[in-house]
Amino acid sequence: MRQPQPRGPLGEDLLAVLREEPGTPGAEARAAALPAAARAAVSRAAGVLGDDDVQLSLFVLHALHYQGVDGVDDRWESDPELLRAREVLSGALEAQLRAELPADTVPGTPQSVADALFAMAAEDDGPSLARHLSGRADDEQAREFLQLKSVYQLMEGDPHTWGIPRLSGRAKAGLIEIQVDEYGGGSASRMHSALFAAGMREAGLDDSYGSAVDRVPAEWLAGVNTVTMFGLHRRLRGAVVGHLAMYEMTSSVPSRFLARGFHRLGLPAAAAFYDEHVEADAAHEQIAARDMAGGLVVEDPAVAADVFFGARCVLHLDALAARHALARWEAGESALRPATAEPSRRGAAELVR
Amino acid sequence: MSAEHGAGDPAPDPVPGPTAMPGPGAGSGEPVTITVCPDGPLLVRGGYELLDGDDRPIDPGRATVALCRCGASSIKPFCDGSHKRARFRAR
Repeated sequence: MRQPQPRGPLGEDLLAVLREEPGTPGAEARAAALPAAARAAVSRAAGVLGDDDVQLSLFVLHALHYQGVDGVDDRWESDPELLRAREVLSGALEAQLRAELPADTVPGTPQSVADALFAMAAEDDGPSLARHLSGRADDEQAREFLQLKSVYQLMEGDPHTWGIPRLSGRAKAGLIEIQVDEYGGGSASRMHSALFAAGMREAGLDDSYGSAVDRVPAEWLAGVNTVTMFGLHRRLRGAVVGHLAMYEMTSSVPSRFLARGFHRLGLPAAAAFYDEHVEADAAHEQIAARDMAGGLVVEDPAVAADVFFGARCVLHLDALAARHALARWEAGESALRPATAEPSRRGAAELVR
Repeated sequence: MSAEHGAGDPAPDPVPGPTAMPGPGAGSGEPVTITVCPDGPLLVRGGYELLDGDDRPIDPGRATVALCRCGASSIKPFCDGSHKRARFRAR
């Protein structure tokens, strides 16, 4: 993705390091200061979920493990100091989520796990962005919605894929059964990320990954950072499974509202993305709840509680992001961060420096 | 290479079109399993073929498919999650 603009002192330091060549004395000295800068950013934050400097910096550190950042040497991905800084930020994110979410009693059979997860989804009373999009959102809000969603949807499925080698048996088979569908059953044009990209192009938006990051606020980056954190840690394999289960279980019905909204606004490609999710996720949620999450609870009881933690994180973070956007829209404002300076001009300034 | 495509044409990706195709596992000889999901749909896997009332194939769009059991789906024969709002109960 393109290099985003920093949102505070940590982001400034991090992006300065990433523009250097790894292994040079100057780069090593700057990198060595990053873990302390990360700790300072966490201390400054009132809470990391809504802190732009923390979330953007963690998003950039995570991007090194996906498809990289333009102009950044791939070797930075495994630099020990950057990994330390990443752990400081993701550790604070995990700690805040665990503090804000209740612990669940874990049932013992796959069907009772599925029942408990479906009950958790049914009891959720978070605000509904899908209903707003369905009947009320105007054209501009729909375009904002696509940009906010794009930081996840243009890599849909990828964070959960990291869970595959960490699972076995029924849970692994269930995860793969879902992921095959996410990736279009082997057809590049049917991959869910490709369907979303088509919806963005139709709306006149840049569909390259990360193109909207500078406009996406912390409250929305937090959701993506959380699932990436789950995917990158074997320790959190229960949470990545619970996350995917709840993601699927809260998708088919809202997707129907979203498809209706995009049809209403004359954006059939975006509507097709959500129509596909109505049908796909009605099957996925059954596989996810019983085979994948239920299977894992039986096969790997040590991480059973984290299945429910991961599931609760979806509802918690979806509500945070939805509340943020709806509050802005109700106030007659944009849900996006203000547009920053032209990237081409920023590039030219750097060349002079 | 089929007759519709010139030698230099790239092979098109199979995109779901109006022409229905049989289930991905149809004719594979793979055993079919049908899971009765409590309070939910019928989950069908394996070498099934989905047909409409006139014996025409219905494209399931994916390997594992959820078929509506509650009657409330707006995309029948597929499930769309409506059983939850309909409070469908059948274990």
